[in-house]
Amino acid sequence: MKNLTIGAVIAGTTLLAPLAAYAGSDKTEVQFWHAFTGRLGELVAAQVEEFNASQDDFTVVASNKGNYSETLNAGIAAFRAGEQPEILMVFEVGTATMMAAEGAIRPVADVMAASGAEFDSDAYIGAVKGYYTSTDGDMLSLPFNSSTPVLWVNRDALEAAGIDADTDLSTWQNVGATLDQLKAAGNDCPLTTAWQSWIQLENFSAYHDVPFATKDNGFGGLDTELAFNGEAQVAHISALGKWAQEGKFIYAGRRNEGGANFRAGECALFTESSAGYAGIKNEAEFDFDVRPLPYWEGVGNAPQNTIIGGASLWVMEGHEAADYEGVAQFLSFLSSSPVQAQWHQDTGYLPITTAAGEATRAAGFYEENPGTDIAVIQMTTNEPTANSKGLRLGSFDQIRGIIDEELEGVWSGDKTAQEALDSAVERGNLLLRRFEQANG
Amino acid sequence: MEKRVTFKGWILPLCLIAPQVFISAVFFFYPAGQAIWQSLFIPDPFGLSMQYVGLGNFKFLLSDPFYRASFLTTAVFSTLVTLVSMIPALFLAVVADRLIKGAGVYRTLLIWPYAVAPAIAGVLWLFMFNTRVGIVSWYLGNLGYDWNHVLNGGEAMGLVVVASAWGRISYNFLFFFAALQAVPKSVVEAAAIDGAHFWRRFFTIILPLLSPTTFFLLVVNIVYAFFETFGVIHTITSGGPQQSTTILVYKVFSDGFVGQDLGSSAAQSVILLVVVGALTVFQFKFVERRVHY
Repeated sequence: MKNLTIGAVIAGTTLLAPLAAYAGSDKTEVQFWHAFTGRLGELVAAQVEEFNASQDDFTVVASNKGNYSETLNAGIAAFRAGEQPEILMVFEVGTATMMAAEGAIRPVADVMAASGAEFDSDAYIGAVKGYYTSTDGDMLSLPFNSSTPVLWVNRDALEAAGIDADTDLSTWQNVGATLDQLKAAGNDCPLTTAWQSWIQLENFSAYHDVPFATKDNGFGGLDTELAFNGEAQVAHISALGKWAQEGKFIYAGRRNEGGANFRAGECALFTESSAGYAGIKNEAEFDFDVRPLPYWEGVGNAPQNTIIGGASLWVMEGHEAADYEGVAQFLSFLSSSPVQAQWHQDTGYLPITTAAGEATRAAGFYEENPGTDIAVIQMTTNEPTANSKGLRLGSFDQIRGIIDEELEGVWSGDKTAQEALDSAVERGNLLLRRFEQANG
Repeated sequence: MEKRVTFKGWILPLCLIAPQVFISAVFFFYPAGQAIWQSLFIPDPFGLSMQYVGLGNFKFLLSDPFYRASFLTTAVFSTLVTLVSMIPALFLAVVADRLIKGAGVYRTLLIWPYAVAPAIAGVLWLFMFNTRVGIVSWYLGNLGYDWNHVLNGGEAMGLVVVASAWGRISYNFLFFFAALQAVPKSVVEAAAIDGAHFWRRFFTIILPLLSPTTFFLLVVNIVYAFFETFGVIHTITSGGPQQSTTILVYKVFSDGFVGQDLGSSAAQSVILLVVVGALTVFQFKFVERRVHY
C-alpha cells in the first residue's frame, strides 16, 4: 500500500510538472519555420533570441524545416493538418503559390494594420517590395532575405592570362572578348554560372526590360503565358551556347555547383547571387572583385534593373488574435533599421529598407568591403518597369526545372537556343494552365 | 499428394490473418485508394478546393511526350539496375562459397554497403565522379577521358545505375549465398566425378537449383528500381541532364513534392501501380514457369 502511494505521488508529480512549467510562462508562442542552416541558421537564431529577450508577452520559436522546397512543403502539409505555424518562410519561386492560397494566408499589411505595430511599406526598397506586393499595392509577405545576381571576377586569373584586371566587364560584348583572351591563354574555365534560369533568363529579361511572361510577368493575372523565347533571350542563350561549345563557358550544374569551381580559383568569371559573398570571402585564396551583372549593349533598355531571389515571410491563417499581435511585433522588429543593417552586412543579402542601406553606408561598411553595394545599386538605380518588377508565375519551381532541362540541351549542343526556349515555353505554358485551373 | 492442415471453424484463421490484413489495409489499400481518388481531381496545394476533372490528369500526362519518354528511361534504368545488382552478387556469392579460409570476413565486408541509405550512397558516388574534384573523374581525365555526367546523358545514367545497384549487390549476395549453401553437395560431387568442370556444373546444376532465389530477387530488385531509387536520382542528377535520368517515380516525387501538383502526382502513382502490378503478374505467369522449386 505504501509503495502504491509513493508511486501515485511520483506519477502525479511527473504529470503535473509540465503543466506547472507551462503555467509559469504566460507568454504567447509564435512559431516561425525557416529554411536556414549553418551560419545563416545561427544568425536567425540570434535575431530570435534578441527579440525574445526584449519581450514580456511573446516568445518566438524558430525551427528549421529543411531547404526552401522542404520548408514550403512542411508548411503546406501542416496547414492541411491544421498545425500550421504563424510564420512560414517561402522562397520567391513559391510566391504565386502562396498568393493564390487565399484562406491559408493573411497579408502582412493586414496583420500590421490590426496590431498597430510600427510599419511603413514605403520604407522598403521598391524592387524588393514589388515582388511581394499585390496589384492593389498591399504588402502580402515580409521580404526577409533578398539577393540579386552579380558578376564575380577572379582578378588573379585575368592577370595570369595577361589581361588588365580592371578591364571593363560591364557588357557581354566585352566579356566575350575577355573570354577569347582567357581561352587563348589556356584558361580551362573562363566563365561559369550558378542558377542558370534565374540569372541567364529571369534576370536577363528584367535587366534588358524585355518580358519573361505576358501579363506583366504574371502580376496581371493567372492567364499569363511565358514569353522568354523572344529575340533578346534567344540571342543571349545562343551566345552562351556557342561559348559552351568553344570551352569558354563551363556548365557545372543546375544549382550553385559552379561556386565550388570559382572559389577553388579554377574559373575566372562567375555569375552568382550577391549573397555568395560570405562563402567567396571565406574560401577564395585569390584576389576577387564584384562587378555588376553584364548586359548586351544595344539590346532592350539595358541596363534596367535586376530582380531578386531569396525568401519572404508569410503569415498563415487560423490562429488567435493574440498570436497575430506577436507576429506583428516580431516582423516589425525584423524590419527595423539596426537589425536589417546587421543582417545585410553579415550575409551579403540586400538591405530591404532604404534606411538600413543608408545606415550601412554611414557606418563605412561599403568602403571597407568594396563591391558589397553593387547589388544595391544595380537593383535601385532605375525605377522598376512591368518587365523588371519581378515574376509571379505558378508552378514556377517546375518551370525552372523545365528550363534547366532545355538549357542543358543547348550547352551540350543537342539543341539550338531557339528550339530549346520554344520548347521550354510550350512545356511551361501547359503547367501554367494547370495552375490556373487549380487556383482559378 | 499434397498435405493440407485445415482449421475447424472460422475464428482462429481470421485472427491469424487479421494482423496482415490490417497492415495491408492501413499501409496499402487506404493510401492506394486515396491516390486513385485524388487522381480524379486537380486540388490546390493547401487543400482549400478541389476540382473534379475525371480522367483529365491521365489525359494530361499521356499526351506529354516527355512523360511517355520516361517510361523508356524507367525500363532502361530498372533493367540495368537489376542486372548490375544481380550478376556481380551471384559471382561474389559463388566465389565466397568456395572460400575455405576467411569466409566470414568476406561475407561481413560484402554485406556492409547494404547498410548505406540510398541518398547517402548517391552522395558518395557523386563525390567520386564529381566533374571537377571527383577522384574517379580525375583518374579518367588522366587517361584522356573527359567525364562529364552533368551534360552527358549516358554517363549520368551509368552513374545513377551504379549508385543504385551498389548497395543492392550486398542484399542479393546474402540471398544467393544462402541459396548456394542449400545446394546438395552430393549432386555437385556426382557431377564432378562424372568429369563436369566447374562452369559446366555451375550452369547445369547450380544455376537451375538457384532459380527460386533468382526469381525472387528479380521481382524484388525490379520493384526496388521502380520505387526506392529516387533518393539516388535526387542527389546525383535531379533527373538531368535534360530528361535522361527522369524515371517515373522521380517524376511522382518532383511533381508532387516540388511542384505541389498533387493531382498529377496521384495520377502518376496510379499509373506506376498499374505498371508494376502488370509486370509482377507477367513475371509470375511467364517467368515463374521456368523456375524449379
